[in-house]
Amino acid sequence: MTPKPPQGNAGAALLMRIAELRAWLFLIILVVFFEVWARVAYGASFIFNVYNLQSISVFATAPLLLALGQTFVIISAGIDLSLGFVMGLASVIAAHSANFALDSLGLPPLLAMLCGILSGVIVTFVPGLVNGWLIAQLRVPPFIGTLGMYGVARGAAYLFAGGMTISVTNDWYSGIGNNRYFGVPMLVILTAIACLIMHYLLSQTRFGQHTYAMGASQPAARRAGINIRALTMQIYFLSAIMAGVAGALYTGRFSAGAPQAGEPLLLDSIAAVVIGGASLFGGSGNIAGTIAGALVIAVIQYGLVFIDVEPFWQFIAVGAVIIISVLVDQTQRKFLGGRQVE
Amino acid sequence: MSDLAPILTVRNATKHFGGVQALAGVSLDVHPGEVVALAGDNGAGKSTLIKAVSGVFQLDNGEIELDQRRVSFSSPQEARDNGIETIYQDLALADNLSIGANIFLGREPMKKLFGFLPVIDRAKMSEAAKRTMETLEFHVTRLDAPVAAFSGGQRQAVAIGRAIFWNARLVIMDEPTAALGVPEQRKVISLIQSLKSAGKGIIFISHNLRDIFEVADRIVVFRRGENAGERNPGETSADEIVRLMVGK
Repeated sequence: MTPKPPQGNAGAALLMRIAELRAWLFLIILVVFFEVWARVAYGASFIFNVYNLQSISVFATAPLLLALGQTFVIISAGIDLSLGFVMGLASVIAAHSANFALDSLGLPPLLAMLCGILSGVIVTFVPGLVNGWLIAQLRVPPFIGTLGMYGVARGAAYLFAGGMTISVTNDWYSGIGNNRYFGVPMLVILTAIACLIMHYLLSQTRFGQHTYAMGASQPAARRAGINIRALTMQIYFLSAIMAGVAGALYTGRFSAGAPQAGEPLLLDSIAAVVIGGASLFGGSGNIAGTIAGALVIAVIQYGLVFIDVEPFWQFIAVGAVIIISVLVDQTQRKFLGGRQVE
Repeated sequence: MSDLAPILTVRNATKHFGGVQALAGVSLDVHPGEVVALAGDNGAGKSTLIKAVSGVFQLDNGEIELDQRRVSFSSPQEARDNGIETIYQDLALADNLSIGANIFLGREPMKKLFGFLPVIDRAKMSEAAKRTMETLEFHVTRLDAPVAAFSGGQRQAVAIGRAIFWNARLVIMDEPTAALGVPEQRKVISLIQSLKSAGKGIIFISHNLRDIFEVADRIVVFRRGENAGERNPGETSADEIVRLMVGK
């Protein structure tokens, strides 16, 4: 008994590896492209330039934080459209709380900052739990449930902000968003820690394993005794919390809470996950791919500005990469039948 | 076989859904190492009965005894914990996971990394997968491959392997060959033989009378939620079973 795909076929195996690593491949191609362009046009390096590296990596942090939670949601065959404004809501609440703790409670700046970050994250418990409840308990399709939450979170964020941005004057808080340690931005360090934790959850725990199983076949997961409702709640809860972290850090980076903080980032987060190799039908994807996907988007956006192309080209470039990525995925499925995950 | 005490006894089971009487007092017993085939037309109550036994829902009236002990399962998980595994025609596997991950789905073994960090013990899962599949004469070289890469019969073997690994006493098979080609059906029939020789009790539901006659030790026929008759395959014919099923 031999499995269907020919085992001896080295070509097919190689094709599969390449398809799995396509996000990294895109990344390398893009970096080479911008490097050549920079050398020819400016006689300078694109990638061997500390300032560029710092900018690109900081640029990638917010969409990546959203994409980390989105990875779990998409692997479970769901989608979370509310993340952008949940992030905005968290950013506004974090700014208000940090200001309140500093000015009205008279707490020292460090504690005020912690109050702000904590409140920003805690407020996302509400949209996270409501999303999970709608989808798990009331069987609302994820697209519709989280679209509703997109509107609710958006309205709430603007109401709490009074339609403005809430400026924060707190050296500790802006330090979190802008300081560097040995040249590495604090935001990048924190995001890297989040990536490690999410990678652990997805690849090494029952929670992650069951997320894959649920995305492949919900009936199979249910028959195996997995509590689909509880798992769904946990996934959307986690996704909202990651948006909360992104929002709280945004407030540090820009010294302000803004309702629209995550507005342009929602689609970037989905794009990062898809470029990273996940299927929107669920069951596949991983954190390393999502990281590469987020870096691809950041390099395109920063690189096009760097080579002084009209900024509108970045939308076209990101769109093209998404389409190519999905085509590679479909071709791989057609040729190989099965898919390797984890 | 029947000198051994039955693993499973069902007495006077009734169940209705709204105005529909799905079970009107059926009885059934299964002994160790015995394959009991359930035959009956659509709506005869076969699926309702096995769902009650496997904990999907509870009976209105009647008793289920496991090893002469009265039981009532509130969930499939509870039935499984008591040694009842169900194998479905549509396989119920997560296609994107390996054989080991499917065998352990929902009960993954954990180990501690660096002495404190709990992680899934994948080495243990693939080792168990290898041993289990070998007992089914199913030799895999790619233990980490997702089960989507295997054929329907091989995947059914994984589902059966799950029952073996968890040491099920009673294995319920609902149309296990329905989704398979003929050679694959043969393979599943031989897997049932090996379950039988391992002393499991087996309830086998099939529309295929040829399969039933090949593996069953007893054929129990349901009609409209009642027992319509019980025959030994050696002492009956397909025609007689069909007559019992339709009631003529």
